[in-house]
This record gives sequence, structure tokens and C-alpha cells, in this order.
Amino acid sequence: MTISKLTQSSVDSVNPKINWARVEEADNFANTVKLYRQGKYDENSFRRFRLQHGAYGTRMTSDYAMVRVKLPAGEIYPKQFEKLSQLSEQYSIGSAHFSTRENIQLHWVVLEDVSEIFRSLAEVGLTSREACGNSVRNVMCSPLSGVCCDEKFDSTPYALATAKFFLRNPMAQSLPRKFKFNFTCCEKHGMVRMVDVGLVPEIQQIDGSEQKGFKIFLGGGLGNKSFVGHQLEDFTPEDDLLYTSIAVVRIFDRLGDRKNLARNRMRYLVNDMGWEKFQNLVLKERAIVRATQSVVTRLKVDTTTDKIKRPLKISDESGNSTPDGYARWLKTNTVKQKQSEYHSVFITLEAGDITSNQLAALAELIREFSSEGKARTGFVQNVALRYVHEDDLIPLYSKLLQSGLSKSGALTMTTTVGCSGTTSCNLALTNSHRLAKEIQRKFLELKLDEDDDLTDSSIKISGCPNSCAQHGIATIGFFGGGGRVGKDMYPNYQMSLGGRYDGDTMLGQTCLRVPAKRVIPVILKIIELFKENKKSEDTLKSWINRIIHDSEDSDIKSINDIKKILEPLVAPPTKDDDPDFYLDYGSDTSYHTKTGKGECAA
Amino acid sequence: MCCLTQSIKITTDIDSLRSEIRDNSIRVIDVRREGDYKQDHIPNSVNLPLATLLSDDSPERVLKLVNSMGIDDETPVVVYDDTFGALASRVAWTLEWIGHSDVTLLETTYSNWKSLGLENDSKIPEISNKEHSLNLQSDILATSDYLESAKTRDDVILIDNRERLNYLEQHIPGAVSLPYRTLASNDKILRSKEDMVRLFDNRGISGDSEIITYCGSVGTLSGLAYYALKSAGLSNAKLYVRSFKEWKNLQKPTVMQEDAHYWDLSAE
Repeated sequence: MTISKLTQSSVDSVNPKINWARVEEADNFANTVKLYRQGKYDENSFRRFRLQHGAYGTRMTSDYAMVRVKLPAGEIYPKQFEKLSQLSEQYSIGSAHFSTRENIQLHWVVLEDVSEIFRSLAEVGLTSREACGNSVRNVMCSPLSGVCCDEKFDSTPYALATAKFFLRNPMAQSLPRKFKFNFTCCEKHGMVRMVDVGLVPEIQQIDGSEQKGFKIFLGGGLGNKSFVGHQLEDFTPEDDLLYTSIAVVRIFDRLGDRKNLARNRMRYLVNDMGWEKFQNLVLKERAIVRATQSVVTRLKVDTTTDKIKRPLKISDESGNSTPDGYARWLKTNTVKQKQSEYHSVFITLEAGDITSNQLAALAELIREFSSEGKARTGFVQNVALRYVHEDDLIPLYSKLLQSGLSKSGALTMTTTVGCSGTTSCNLALTNSHRLAKEIQRKFLELKLDEDDDLTDSSIKISGCPNSCAQHGIATIGFFGGGGRVGKDMYPNYQMSLGGRYDGDTMLGQTCLRVPAKRVIPVILKIIELFKENKKSEDTLKSWINRIIHDSEDSDIKSINDIKKILEPLVAPPTKDDDPDFYLDYGSDTSYHTKTGKGECAA
Repeated sequence: MCCLTQSIKITTDIDSLRSEIRDNSIRVIDVRREGDYKQDHIPNSVNLPLATLLSDDSPERVLKLVNSMGIDDETPVVVYDDTFGALASRVAWTLEWIGHSDVTLLETTYSNWKSLGLENDSKIPEISNKEHSLNLQSDILATSDYLESAKTRDDVILIDNRERLNYLEQHIPGAVSLPYRTLASNDKILRSKEDMVRLFDNRGISGDSEIITYCGSVGTLSGLAYYALKSAGLSNAKLYVRSFKEWKNLQKPTVMQEDAHYWDLSAE
């Protein structure tokens, strides 16, 4: 039983700059649920309404929903953490979940309680509106935007302005399908070429003066079929950002496939039409948007800089000794910022899950240690405290230890991404979520987070061919399905190698199917092969990359060579020899694939 | 069905309790452990650790305890704990059950009382025995047999107040899940009446039904829910005081949410 403090902290808090909420939406939702339960609202209309408000369906039941709380640009403030802590205990399972798109999700919420959550979220300026459904989803921004050493400028204000422009905007309420914007800091931190619209801040010299703008990538995306995005033009000046966004949304709205819901994300439109044609269309549409506005429409970019103020320390803890594990944590969880003396600290979670008490603890830690007074969610089911002064790192680590948030490896391959899988999703075929946790636990035990060769690699696991865990861009990616020996089924994963999401974004190549209970030994075998064959400067990522591009000269020259070596490891034993092989993680009953109706394309 | 529900007082607010303590017009019961009580407590309160009550909660024994705390039929009683009101609720409900009508819960926990800097001391008051009558209120108690037959009626709502994951894993067929945490607000053991009414109304829990609450083992969390219902004007409520532990021991039917591994979403 967890008992959280009923009292709120008296320490000063930075308050949210933007209120995303509309409290009247809570009443509207409550009333609509009542009408639906009374049979006065048909199933399909209700589902669309529910999704538009950010409440997703739950595995094998219509009694529960998942509420996806949007955090535009990933920004979250102490009071918001406290509220989410409370909500996760009151209406959910005592834990919350950080998604791969900077949302926080509350699972297994009784549908009739969803409106209560909306009401509470509104108290702290948060909304789940348009977090699901055919709308502009949460606008992402790199968790390092504003502090990244390689960025041209901070794109956060542009991400927030874009989110503000499209939220509740009539033009984006009924798109053919969902639509995603990702802003980043720099090419290396990436995530801009596998999304509908990806934006990298750029600066160009125009007529002798510096002009801010973006490199814009269009038509990428991950899913049952994934595509890498195309660069629209060399440079898009900031004044054209909104016009470009509107133009792209308009084209998608007009030409996107509203019939074949299985392949109607914008990337299919781009692919079917051909990039050049689509590109021309966007440029023409943008000219029309710019020329035909009845009033001048601009993004309201708030570029006032945040106040950076190191919180006052009440007690001096400088005399304390360094706790065990600090050096390892410092190496694998923190990044030096471009602002000297400051670090960004990433919190290691297991597949994005966090308890109610830990959410409350984060609120306290932000107040105590972050000089910007807020936190940022990241691309890999995680969260970062930024602007932590270097002298405060040891005290912060000590506090993290007390909250069970001090695990190492946040910025390494050990932090495995796993979608919710069969823990809550209707479409899932396997318990990808638990598998991700198992891998992380095992790899931290083996101290693989300390291995520099593995740091820039990633492992991502989806529970079905759709790509919620973004397995296609992982160094080692998996998606779930069922395998069969005679009449017995077992959980099985298709493995791909060599995906990446940086400046050279590409999708991984299919290698072979790996049974759930063989995933850990297979990854370890791949690492072993790499160690045997690596060149001195190699990382796992660069080694696999060379194999994929046919430029490796050691014994292992192709994905097929790896496959041949791994094949003996994945052969199914008989059920008598190894009954556990036929069970999925977290389950003690025989495995069978079972799915409900998906809601992505509702 | 009772229709005087609007006037029923469920909690005592901090200010009222402070003046009532000064007047010495009430009996305050602290249901924390003896050691905690001895350290400090609300002035003039008596200690009744929940475990002491539960060791034998037959009406005769309860009556003895009540008498020894100097409570007669007319003594107003306020109960508090440091466990979000759940233990206090179980004690309050027991008093109600043996026929004591004037019992309320302190609106907040002892920790919060202390954090507000309110008076406390370690003095143990001298109490002279009183005589309370026994007038069992059987209609606020649900036994397993009663529950089993009541469950089949359309006008009965069964509420499970355990945490969501425990409910999903196993619960009494037909029960709805309302975790005890849902009942509190930021600094009060129960939400405001307006908020409580809306919560129940959204859930379709209305005064037209008889409502039975249960939790894990001894009726604490569900005791709090019993008072939550009453605070919202839903007074036709019963506590299945032996709760899920007994139900399982009696090997009565249970159901679970199938085909989902929800436990793996927990970060505990």
C-alpha cells in the first residue's frame, strides 16, 4: 500500500506558462459517456469523440480507457507531476507511463472516471485533447533543445507555438488519420526523419544577417510499413514555418486516403504520389496559404528566455561522501549542457513506468535541483531534469537513491523501449512491455551500460507489427507475433538490425524470428560476435551499419551471416523439455494470440 | 429509505474539533498504534488501536471498550487516524453498529493536524467508565450470506475499494472498482460533497440502490467508502465488514479481468 503525502510542498514552484486545458471539456465528456451508456450515442461516434479527447481503448474490455496526457515539447512542471501522482493513485493502477512521444499515460481508468481526470488536469493546465484520434498529436521537441551543444538555436518556443496553433483548431479536427510533428535540437539527437513533419533548427546568412529557420522533413513514419522522410527544401525561414505546416496539413486533409484506413498516414500519400510531385504540391499550397490569408496568421512564438535560478540550498551537504554507484550513474545518465557548469540528468525508468510516489518525488527534486524549475520528457519513455548545477549532482543522486530512481543506464542501450503490449493494448500479440523490463534488468546486472561500445545503440520492442515502440529505427528491434510447433503456440519476435534515427536515419533490416524466451541470449550473442569482430574504433552501431552497407571485411559480412550463427539459438524445444518456452513473460497460462479492435484508424 | 440524509454529519472540521476539545464536550478516539499515541496525540483523546478492536469485535466486547472510553449514548465521538481515515472509519462504523448515533470522523489525518501546527500533547486522560446501551444496527452490516443473495437483485450495487490492480486480478462477481484513494481530496480524508456527488453520479451510483462496500480484509478501506457514500447523501449503504478475505476463504466465486498482463505496467 502506498501512502503519499496529502500536503503540498511549500517550496517555490515555477508555474506553467501555457494553459492547455478547457475545463468545460470535462463536463462535456461526462455527459457524453452517460448518453453513450444509455444507448443514445452510437458506438462509432462515441469512439471518435473519446479518442479526440485523448482516451484510448483498453485490451479486451470497453469498461476501461487509457488517458494520454499531452506534454507539448515535453515540458512538465512540479505541480503537474504532483497532480499526475495523485491521479495515478486515484483513478489508475498506482503507476503512470511515459510514452515514446512525450505523453504521460494513465492506464486502466474506468471510462466513467475519465472526466474526473480531465477536471483535475485542468487545475494544472494540462489536457489530453487530441492525444489520440485523427488529429495533430502531441508536438514533440528534443529533451535537449535549449541545452544541446550542437543545436543552432532552441526550437522549444516553436514547438510550443505549433502545438498551440493546432490544438482545437478546426482545420485539424477530422484529418484522414493522425498527424505528428517532431522538433529536435540537432541531427544527431534526431527523430525528425521518421515522422509526418520533422524539423531541425538551422541558421543561414541571408543578405549579411543571420536568419533563423528550419530543415523540414516530410512524409516519414513508422508503422506496419515504415518510410524515411524527405527534406522539403534547403532552408525554410522561420516566417514560413506556419505556412508550411498549414500547407502540409491541408494537403493531407484533402488528398489523404479516407477509405483504406490501414494505409492512410501521410507517408503513404507521399509514397504513392512520388516525392517530387508531393514536394511541388506543398510549395504551391504554401504560396496559396501565404497569399490568401484574410488576416495575417502568425505563430505566437514566445521567445522570452526562461529564468535560470539555482535553487537555494537549506542544508550544506558538501561534506557528505560520494554514494556507491555515483560514477556509473554520472557517466550513463547525465549530459553536459552548452551552459557551462550545468548538466541534464536523465532518469532511468523501466519501459517508461513510474510509481505515484516517484512522480511526487520528481516534483520535489525539480524544485530542489533544476534551475529552470521544470522537467522535459524524452524520446525513449523517459524524463530529464535539466539545468542541474554540477555541484548539485551528488546531492541529487543521493535523493534519487531514496526514491528508487537512481538506476544507471538511462542514456545507453540498456534502457530498452517497450510499448504497452498485452498489458493494456487491444492489438498486442506479446508482452513486449515486460520483455523490455527483463532485458534492462539483465543488462544492468551485466553492467552493459558501462560498455562504451554499446552506448549509441538501442533496443526497441513492439508487441505487434505496428510500431509504437519504434522498433524499425532501433539498432536491434523486435516486433511480436505468434510462433507454432504443431498445435502449441509460443510468443515470437521478428528481429531487425541496423535501424537508426539520427542524420542517417534508416530502417532496420529483417534478420530472423526470435522466440520471446530467447531474445536475451540472442542479443548477448550478437554482442559477443561484435566483440570478436570489431575494429578498434567500432561501436555496435557502427559495426552493424557496416554489415548492412556490405562494407564489412571480417567473417561476418551480411545480416544473413549473423542469421546463420543465431539460428541454433532460436530452435524451439519440445513442450516437455522446456514448458517455459511456450509461456509469455508475466503469464503462467499457455500462450495464444488474441487481439481486439485497434483504434489508431478509428 | 432514509430521507434526512442532507443533515447527516460525516466529518468534523478542524476548527469545530478544537473548540469542542476546549469545551471538553466530546470524546476523541485516536486509532493509531499505542506507541504512536503515547508519543503525542490530540489533547484529551483516548487510544483505541484498530488491532485492539479487531482482536474481538463482538457487540459485547465493543460495548465494554466503549464503556471504558467513557462513552454513553449521548456522548459525541470524533475518531481520527493517520491512515487517510480508513482505520478511523472502521472504528466509527463499529460504534454506529452497536447503536451509537453521534460519531464523526476528523476531516483530516493526524499528520496533517500536526503539520498545521495544531495542539497535541502526550498526556493520557483519566476516564471514568460509562454505560452505553446495546442497540445493534444490523442494517449497516452485510454478511457473506446476505451479500450472496443481495447481489442477485438489480437494485444492489457492490463496490470494491481495493486498489485497481488487485481488483483486476480478482474480485467478487458484479462488483465495481472504486479505489479508496478516489474518495479523498488534497488535504481531506473525503472530497467535498459536491465532488463526491459528481463522482458517484458519473458512475451511476445513486440513491435508488442499496450499496454494499468491501475491501481486502477487515473493512477499513470500505469503511471509508461507507462514509463517503453517506457524505454524498447515499445513506442506504452497508459494509461487508469481513470483506474479500472471508469471501475467498469461503471459496465463493470470484472473477478476474482476463487476457491482459496489467501487473507488468506497474513500476512497484
